[in-house]
Amino acid sequence: MKKNTIKMAALLLVSTAFVAGCGTKKVDTLPPAAEGTDYGQTPTMDPNSGAGQIMPGSQEDFLQQVGQYGDRILFETDRFNIDAEDQATLQRQAQWLAQYPGTRITVEGHADERGTRDYNLALGERRANSAKNFLVSIGVDAGRIQTVSYGKERPSALGSDEQAWAQNRRAVTVTVR
Amino acid sequence: MPLFAFNRKLASFLLLFLGAQAAIAQTPPPATDEPELVEFDTAKTRSIAIPALVAPSPVDTPAGNSGALGRQIAEVISSNLRASGVFETQGPNGLRMIGLPEVTAPQFGYWKARPVEQLVQGFVRVGGDGNLTVGCYLYDVGFGSETTRLGFNVPPREWRRAAHKCADAIYARLTGELPFFDSRIAYIAESGPKNKRIKRLAIMDSDGANHRFITNGQSTALTPRFSPNYKSILYLSYVDGNPRIYVYDIDAGRQRLITQSNSPTFAPRWSPDGQTILYSMAVSGNTDVYKISASGNGTPVKLTSSPGIDVGGSFSPDGRQIVFESDRSGSQQIYVMNADGSNQRRISFGGGRYATPEWSPRADLIAFTRIAGDFRVGTMRPDGSGERLLTNSWQDEAPTWAPNGRVIQFFRTAKGSGKTSIWQVDLTGSNERRLPTPIDGSDPAWGPVLP
Repeated sequence: MKKNTIKMAALLLVSTAFVAGCGTKKVDTLPPAAEGTDYGQTPTMDPNSGAGQIMPGSQEDFLQQVGQYGDRILFETDRFNIDAEDQATLQRQAQWLAQYPGTRITVEGHADERGTRDYNLALGERRANSAKNFLVSIGVDAGRIQTVSYGKERPSALGSDEQAWAQNRRAVTVTVR
Repeated sequence: MPLFAFNRKLASFLLLFLGAQAAIAQTPPPATDEPELVEFDTAKTRSIAIPALVAPSPVDTPAGNSGALGRQIAEVISSNLRASGVFETQGPNGLRMIGLPEVTAPQFGYWKARPVEQLVQGFVRVGGDGNLTVGCYLYDVGFGSETTRLGFNVPPREWRRAAHKCADAIYARLTGELPFFDSRIAYIAESGPKNKRIKRLAIMDSDGANHRFITNGQSTALTPRFSPNYKSILYLSYVDGNPRIYVYDIDAGRQRLITQSNSPTFAPRWSPDGQTILYSMAVSGNTDVYKISASGNGTPVKLTSSPGIDVGGSFSPDGRQIVFESDRSGSQQIYVMNADGSNQRRISFGGGRYATPEWSPRADLIAFTRIAGDFRVGTMRPDGSGERLLTNSWQDEAPTWAPNGRVIQFFRTAKGSGKTSIWQVDLTGSNERRLPTPIDGSDPAWGPVLP
């Protein structure tokens, strides 16, 4: 555990240096809060603790530790590459995963509504795999990561404009109990 | 088959009743090697009058009184023909009732005095077995002569099929095209907010009647396709949490995976003979097109192997070629290959992206979605030439062919709300009309003409 964390920290250092100076995404506004995006997720509260207390290793803990919108990476139209910003986000996720090696995750891949249905299913799968591959490349065991594509079926932002589409082209990491 | 066989008993009945030789009007349309479209001149639509079918001695049936059925059958014939966009029709409302002798001896003088070119008359009788015998006659008012006649024997609950068959015969006779009204649609019924859409598999007649939900909406259902014999439906379901293709047996109400796989499978299609299933599968993010025997015991055959997304697909009517989409060039485009995967070549070069190709049952055209800003439905020849766009809206997607290859259905998504609806358009881009569905609808898939 301790060793893992150190290894991870070293990796993070290297990757951060590597990505420094790369461009950022053209998204004007941040995506909305995670609620409503993660299907089938119910709050995992410790029944013995007081209300509002977050159980370590839970989905809530994950969301808190990776920071606002730290559960997702965004993509350009038709693209599935992992840019510098995405790498930083995934590294934070990997850091959390290193703390809870028993936790598995599903990476949900999504596309915006401006694509045809079948193609978007393929594109969502491609995006989820990009995120998975990067997580594996920085030390997360591939056996802990599942992917699922929702194509254009589960938008996060509801508008029909560039801003909404930018938020919907995403890969979201969700912890699995 | 016995449902609509023009059986001996019925034939002799008609002979007796009409004193004339009964004939089935299934005249094949003239063959054409001309890929260009027959332009329906919509300014010169032909007017058809369809008085209520006569029910001599009306009796009650499980589907209602046969007298009422006579009127309803005339209404369905009228609305079918009108919806084709080729004809103007005058249904039974507003037309005088005719008597039984008139069915075979029309009062041409009366109709000639009205703006009517064609006249459809008929009768409904209830036999000893409780089934309906529907007779249907088409007359040319100008010539004062009979054009065709036909008869059907159906259980009362299937009275609409007799109407569709009658409308089909009239349409085929007057246009020279193949029939299409007596066919069914599988589609996805949608409800709920945009980010939590409930999507249910549903089926209906080609005119929206006889609607039935197949799945209850607990798991998302997408992209259905009726098997050519209408016994089963291929579709995508998230029932186990992952996108996978199932084949649903309509009579048994059971479904099975088409192939055991840890990878997502989607975009299912039948071969024209129903023996082969075409599908797409993503392995490590790379999607390719596969085929597998529909029997459930075959091994998948991988047909494409380019890095990137090769997806969808549609067999040519002879089963020898497949049209599919691929982004191997950098953006979605349409490609054609042989059914074994050989000789893959791009056919779309018009600018923008091209998706969802569907081969016409007539083989002469391929329908597609073109994405260049908005989504529009169009057609091109199998060599990529002769492209024309048929619709012009914000997002029209996923064309499906009428069995006669002359009409296309697709679905339209509204900007903002994400609400969907199913539409129909003919090959000239005219006569665009919305199909009535109980709730929102998408992913229509048109099946063949019923036997």
